[in-house]
Amino acid sequence: MSELFESTIVVAMLAATLRIATPLLLAAIGELVVQRAGIWNLGIEGTMLMGAFVAYMVAISSGSLWVALFAAILAGILMNMIMAVCAVTFKLNQFVVGLGMNLFAAGTTLFLYREAAIDAGGETLPGLQTFDNLDLFGLADLPYLGRILFSQQFLTYFAFLMVPLVWFFLYRTRFGLEIRSLGENPKALDTKGLSVSGRQYAALAFGGAMTGLAGAFLVLALTDRFVPGMTGGRGWLAFVIIIAGRWRPWPIMLAVFVFAALEAFQLQAQGIGVKVPYQLLLALPYIVAIVAMMAAKNSKVAQPERLGIPYNRE
Amino acid sequence: MPTTEHLRVERLTKRFGEVTAVDSASFDVRRGEVHCLLGENGAGKSTLSECLYGFYRPDSGRLFVDGHPVAFSSPRDAIAHGIGMVHQHFVLVTPLSVIENVVLGTHKSGWSANLTEARQRLAEICDRYGIQTDFNAKIWQLSVGEQQWVEILKALYIGAELLILDEPTAVLTPQESERLFRIIRRMTDDGLSVILISHKLNEVMQSDRVTVLRKGKIVGTVNTEETTKSDLVKMMVGRSVSLKAERRELSAGKPVLEVKDLAVNNDRGLRAVNGLTFQIRANEILGIAGVAGNGQKELFEALVGARKVEQGSVHLNGANVTNLSPKSMIDIGIGYIPDDRYRAGLVGEFDIEENLILGLQERAEFSRHKLLDVKRMAKFAQEAINQFGIVTPSSKARANTLSGGNAQKIILARELWSSKSCLLANQPTRGLDVGVIEYVHKMLLEKRSDGFAVLLASEELDDILALSDRIAVIVKGEFMGIFDAGSVSLADLGLLMAGQKLGTSVALEVE
Repeated sequence: MSELFESTIVVAMLAATLRIATPLLLAAIGELVVQRAGIWNLGIEGTMLMGAFVAYMVAISSGSLWVALFAAILAGILMNMIMAVCAVTFKLNQFVVGLGMNLFAAGTTLFLYREAAIDAGGETLPGLQTFDNLDLFGLADLPYLGRILFSQQFLTYFAFLMVPLVWFFLYRTRFGLEIRSLGENPKALDTKGLSVSGRQYAALAFGGAMTGLAGAFLVLALTDRFVPGMTGGRGWLAFVIIIAGRWRPWPIMLAVFVFAALEAFQLQAQGIGVKVPYQLLLALPYIVAIVAMMAAKNSKVAQPERLGIPYNRE
Repeated sequence: MPTTEHLRVERLTKRFGEVTAVDSASFDVRRGEVHCLLGENGAGKSTLSECLYGFYRPDSGRLFVDGHPVAFSSPRDAIAHGIGMVHQHFVLVTPLSVIENVVLGTHKSGWSANLTEARQRLAEICDRYGIQTDFNAKIWQLSVGEQQWVEILKALYIGAELLILDEPTAVLTPQESERLFRIIRRMTDDGLSVILISHKLNEVMQSDRVTVLRKGKIVGTVNTEETTKSDLVKMMVGRSVSLKAERRELSAGKPVLEVKDLAVNNDRGLRAVNGLTFQIRANEILGIAGVAGNGQKELFEALVGARKVEQGSVHLNGANVTNLSPKSMIDIGIGYIPDDRYRAGLVGEFDIEENLILGLQERAEFSRHKLLDVKRMAKFAQEAINQFGIVTPSSKARANTLSGGNAQKIILARELWSSKSCLLANQPTRGLDVGVIEYVHKMLLEKRSDGFAVLLASEELDDILALSDRIAVIVKGEFMGIFDAGSVSLADLGLLMAGQKLGTSVALEVE
């Protein structure tokens, strides 16, 4: 009897790992392209939050999850355009702009959410009918594996599909070559007469779309509603994941797994009632994040050389 | 001599804010010639060539390619007219491979990087000019000399017929420079034209014609055959400059710096300096000849306390100073002129006043009640600017806005002021023009007369031969020997630098 109980937990944990991994992976892979293009976009947490908020508001007002999804993508792109205009066009300090984006998103979403809730006559807004889990190849009923691998959300599959796609883009296409060069030495493009800022705008748009999707996933799949501040550091975690993954798609995916597994583990541990203060369990992924940062102390080698430095012709 | 006009520049002017970098410049380049742009740092050579490459937009003036008027709004336009440029500071993407750097930015359409096709085309170019390089090597794996070839290949790959080379030999060994000139000749024989920016007179003399710039204005264009080095220097500087420093005979005094069996590691933990033993006496300059990267940097850093001495000892005026902190070394009175002035000698974002007291900020001269004494700093800076002839709008100018020569003078001013008995100078003339080199020579000799022990490492054998009392040749962290200055010739030094012991017969490899 206890054996079955354990394997059920393991299956649930692994299934949860992939679910939890989805927004982290979407955001990290999107932001990877941004950072490879030389932009140190700290606004990722705010972009994700805005994506979640817009997805929710559009979903309850339009009733269509698909419309909500596209609205979230658009919101993500628009949020990142703040960074594009400030950092790329006006060469402002990227750290300051990024922090500003986070404050802007946190404040705006909280304010608008409250307004909407008051209009609806309450303190909170109702939940949504979320996306259904897929039944991939009709294998969802397969013992163990079915639940883990074949009955996830389509966005989960999309996120993992993006890993090889972005890898191919970065390492096998000429645009990928140009993006990678931007982060290392943008002058190499400029001296050939290619637009540095155009490419950085495009990279930020892609990153914004992916991060907006990550936010939408929180609302339309992981939970069923928007809660102010619901991203809860996932954007920052995506940031740490990029560093831990040394700015490469596959190691980033691995890092996402590690963090998602930790989160899934702490959720289960709380559920079973392990005798550890739950605050400590909650903090676990973030403690590991700090350890990962310390372990990646020579990550300077892998870091794009001109990351975070606005490009100016001297 | 070539006669067909390839490129003509008419009254080109480029301003940066208040400063007129190029003032109404006119000259022409003929097809198949090597045309040298000569001028001191800040004379406007680089700005002028960036205008020819479309990187900067001139404020006024006209350009003609093959007699047709053209206007470049981006390097793309210049490339379309067959103009390629090798920038003074490389614009390579270091984690990428040679072939990736070459194809970067050359695609006209499509998503494919087309590396296979590019490899073929590049192989043809390499064959034609006798350039060898591993297409798959990453840039960071290459020596600076090899990186220079990649830059040239980039320009040739885009089909350049007019090649602008901005100070191409600044980072090359004498042998590599020679090879570069052989290949440049092969290019011009092939119908290419080359604009060569340089301030090394030996190289300038190998060109067909020379256009001299001074303070943004063109002084004149001369046929190289019909001119001499000293004429060119006069045109460039506006006065005569003695190319030979005056050196008084002095008898060496008591030993000042004594180094015994010194071993030092490089950044990767490998031995960079191995068992060096030497002493320098008062009134004496010990010159270290050698190609950069043979342990000079590590040696100097160990001597000033910035790098750990693994083995052996360093004594200064009889006291053991092995592995003291850099601050103690400064306080004891060691002066240090590092090889990379922007990385190790200055803080680019700091102004002149701040840079002049780096490491000295706690001295009573510059502090009051533990705070910086801004007034005295300003006064000190003004004195330094006057005494050393630093050209700057004000003492508040940031160091990275100054030319190399003026930046070097800040370091000189600081180190000469703070040093008491020993001066260490690693590549002090690197990238400087004759006027400043003359000045650096004068300063080092002055310190020698003042009773200093001076250690000088330079890739420029001219420096070594002009200044040293004794000469050591360093190869892979070891001395090939220490010689009295009069007893070795330039040719001897060249052989020693290549790792050949004197007296053994060598068949020089000739391409």
